[in-house]
Amino acid sequence: MSDVTRTPTGLTQHSGTQGGIGASTLRPDGTLKVTGEFAYASDLWHEDMLWGFTLRSPHAHARIRSVDVSAALATGGVHAVMTHDDLPAATRYGLEIQDTPVLADGVVRHHGEPVALVAADHPETARRAAAKIVVDYEQLPVVTDERTATADGAPVLHPDRTDPHAAHVPHPNVVHRQPVVRGDVAAARARADVIVTGEYEVGMQDQAFLGPESGLAVPAEDGGVDLYIATQWLHADLRQIAPVLGLPEDKVRMTLSGVGGAFGGREDLSMQAHACLLALRTRRPVKIVYNRFESFFGHVHRHPAKLRYEHGATRDGKLLFMACRIVLDGGAYASSSPAVVGNAASLSAGPYVVDNVDVEALALYTNNPPCGAMRGFGAVQACFAYEAQMDKLAAALGLHPVEFRRRNAMAQGSVMPTGQVVDSPAPVAELLRRVQALPLPPQRQWESAGGATDVRALPGGLSNTTHGEGVVRGVGYAVGIKNVGFSEGFDDYSTARIRLEAVAGEPVATVHTAMAEVGQGGVTVHAQIARTELGVARVTIAPADTRVGSAGSTSASRQTYVTGGAVKHACEAVRERVLELGRARFGTYHPAWASAELLLEDGKVVTDGGEVLAALADVLGEESIEVEREWRHRPTEPFDLRTGQGSGHVQYSFAAHRAVVEVDTELGLVKVVELACAQDVGKALNPLSVTGQIQGGTLQGLGLAVMEEIVVDPVTARVRNPSFTDYLIPTILDTPTLPVDVLELADGHAPYGLRGVGEAPTLSSTPAVVAAVRQATGLALQRVPLRPEHLTGT
Amino acid sequence: MDFLRPASWAEALAAKAEHPSAVPLAGGTDVMVEINFDHRRPEYLLDLQRIGELHTWDADGPDVRLGAAVPYTRIIDHLADELPGLALAARTVGSPQIRNRGSVGGNLGAASPAGDSHPALLAAGAEVEAESVRGTRLIPVEEFYTGVKRNALAPDELIRAVRIRKATGPQQFSKVGTRNAMVIAVCAFGIALHPGSRTVRTGIGSAAPTPVRARAAEEFLAAALDDGRLWDTRGPLGPAVAGEFAELASGACNPIDDVRGSAAYRRRAVGVMARRTLGWVWGAYRGNEGRGAACA
Repeated sequence: MSDVTRTPTGLTQHSGTQGGIGASTLRPDGTLKVTGEFAYASDLWHEDMLWGFTLRSPHAHARIRSVDVSAALATGGVHAVMTHDDLPAATRYGLEIQDTPVLADGVVRHHGEPVALVAADHPETARRAAAKIVVDYEQLPVVTDERTATADGAPVLHPDRTDPHAAHVPHPNVVHRQPVVRGDVAAARARADVIVTGEYEVGMQDQAFLGPESGLAVPAEDGGVDLYIATQWLHADLRQIAPVLGLPEDKVRMTLSGVGGAFGGREDLSMQAHACLLALRTRRPVKIVYNRFESFFGHVHRHPAKLRYEHGATRDGKLLFMACRIVLDGGAYASSSPAVVGNAASLSAGPYVVDNVDVEALALYTNNPPCGAMRGFGAVQACFAYEAQMDKLAAALGLHPVEFRRRNAMAQGSVMPTGQVVDSPAPVAELLRRVQALPLPPQRQWESAGGATDVRALPGGLSNTTHGEGVVRGVGYAVGIKNVGFSEGFDDYSTARIRLEAVAGEPVATVHTAMAEVGQGGVTVHAQIARTELGVARVTIAPADTRVGSAGSTSASRQTYVTGGAVKHACEAVRERVLELGRARFGTYHPAWASAELLLEDGKVVTDGGEVLAALADVLGEESIEVEREWRHRPTEPFDLRTGQGSGHVQYSFAAHRAVVEVDTELGLVKVVELACAQDVGKALNPLSVTGQIQGGTLQGLGLAVMEEIVVDPVTARVRNPSFTDYLIPTILDTPTLPVDVLELADGHAPYGLRGVGEAPTLSSTPAVVAAVRQATGLALQRVPLRPEHLTGT
Repeated sequence: MDFLRPASWAEALAAKAEHPSAVPLAGGTDVMVEINFDHRRPEYLLDLQRIGELHTWDADGPDVRLGAAVPYTRIIDHLADELPGLALAARTVGSPQIRNRGSVGGNLGAASPAGDSHPALLAAGAEVEAESVRGTRLIPVEEFYTGVKRNALAPDELIRAVRIRKATGPQQFSKVGTRNAMVIAVCAFGIALHPGSRTVRTGIGSAAPTPVRARAAEEFLAAALDDGRLWDTRGPLGPAVAGEFAELASGACNPIDDVRGSAAYRRRAVGVMARRTLGWVWGAYRGNEGRGAACA
């Protein structure tokens, strides 16, 4: 078995003493990825391995009358075929609610639902054998939206619910409902000088990570299984997989493989349990890798949403009240819908002070594709709507959009609609000021000094649709608020194991966590933290696996905060042990060992006055110091089920955008020319990575604004565009200039004062682009992604 | 699936005659996608990559005889003067990797209404050189497209080359996609002025079951140019003429609603592209003796 675990981990990062926190250390996986040498999970290989393939439902809702696998089983090269009837133990799993069948149990509830598995000695054999499985479906009526899901006599997709939300939802096809009520909206409405309402819609965005779902399960001598897998949270997978296999958790050993992006789409299980089931059944290693088409069915998407907002303000531009109703389509299974509802509800007012709120957010069960986590997690949908409302209010009051927002911007000490006090910097007005102060790109920026036209700078780009005809510029602003970390009382912790030893006379730190490196740069930051805390140059990041405790999810902008916090905390414990060792070995030689504040710097123990007491390698000698620590951020509270009150979030993050667009008003095509972002990150542990995160998040928001949508047929609930031919994501020619302005206002509650970075830029980028297109066209534009039809009335 | 690898054109024709169901394969940018997605499972694949002459062109006469497998990249790099409309269309095809492998012959073989080269071929004027063991025939490109993804080739025929009229006047190509690069056409429009014959030709892509010419628009414009003696005077085109031309181009569409765009939008967009590209080619004709069409 070779190369099976090759990932960015296991590499020693040697960066001298300059590679501590605050340095733009280069990531160890960067060059490998750019040159095509990085081993992704889809590159996993094992001698004698079989290939698994998943047969999926062509229907969105159907009863399975029978499944005949005999022809598939009789196919040469096929080693196993499994259906629901072959499952050895638990038959359902789920992140929060165990409502998702491992394989369809008599009924399929969405297009693409897994029905059967095949293992064969060649992927093509497996695929063809799966095509020979005869499934007799009886199609059932589909529910696709709130009306059909809650109509009299609507099919109940999950009868006999026992989940924690079942008791308080208004209809069994509602996964979870969260109101937030504060102040007196009726009284405030009576006092309002201006009231604006709007209805908004957000289409179904896909994470569109580039590395499709993939993993390799290897059966072990002890009856267990080793799973090499691209995921976002090893231990959450483990908690769900082990019961499906009927194995204790210590018999399921997981190692992170090379992950090609995640953005929330790898929080739920995809092929993990399937590969393990086939491996245990065949006693052979089994690899499953989805192709792009299957990947669109293999993971949850961003919840499409319908939002109705009403805001009232005084004549002088102060927000008085906000009422809204947010309906999220969770699709066939719960996934993380309850938490998405909590986010949408609690963040629905945006980064503004508004004392009177009446909010209702809910997620539906429908026969549409399951939706769950995606970068921004419920806050994206709300931000699109409330920012449109802010522009409407500004227009109604004759104020500049930035000025209206400034008058209502929250700041440190402001109170959220949930009653939670924002107790760290919240520089909302300053972020807006900064993007507004940037110079605008020149008018007719597509013309060179000599008058030549560069079509790449125009809507349509190289498709050559305009040389300036019909093109109108627009500028738009938006700002958003995102929570960092897991909320609502979740016990959100990370574990880090640090070893410090001398190797060939040089101190080396090894950082072992189960953190999923999905491209966010965690392995780089962990090495930086270890360098800073332990004063060593050489840091090895051990492969992420389940031999160490949970690192939580690589999501919710939390990994640098929480696992970074655990690494820091464990390093501090190592440092104490080093100093104890030093005192024992050398304490008698220098009084400072007992009296002074001692630091580890440049591989030495030094006093705070800079005097060198000993080399770290000499202190360590043959000893190896190893410490494992769990670390938690401060606890949060659940939201009250009726009022939504509660200090439910750990930390808030803020970003603001200014978008400059050129719109071809006759063809309805948009070129975003510049998309500037200002964001407070508390402390940039790696400024280069931070800038990359902000630019990437900004671009993902641009995608939602102008092109990215999974189109689901409203009649059949079938996905119409499961390919990169028709699910479009921005290319480099769609990517505008992305100026980034990073503020570092420390949050005293967080390690190093840092603030989670990854998600906030995804929120405000979408509404900023749409605001700019509204300004260019004068159209209301209540839905994203914008389509040429919306801009041309066709 | 059997994989046939003829070493020569004669062998390829013989193989096609023997196995008429064989699917020709050159760059593979279309056929391989269909196979990978299991949309088709041909009995035989006929690999043409060893046949060198399919990758060459001859630009000595009034036509460019373009080998069926000449990749788009080479058209862009080497034939932009002779075939400006096609070169513009080639620039909009897929990604650099796709342009390095995809070819006009493949576009014609697939005969998708969304193929990027079709409007340019229709506008320039071209014949498809179809060959079999029985002989060679030239099929005017407007007769080549017979239905959605269907063409006029006989089962034993292969595309040897495309003979495309060299530009004698400005040409333009414009394509709407919902992304600024690497996108399948929602609809496309090609136009070529032919000052020698005092004719105008057009091509519309992705707005009808097959690529089509907007003949009423062409005839209207030719008449308007004649009436105003504009070929000689190189005077300006009135907005009414451009508007009518756009209207007629729009009327030549017979589009559908699909996931890429609505029928109404396609009609509108073809009209807009027709008006704009007419403006560009007429501007070029007035400005510089009718040559060149590059939008920089």
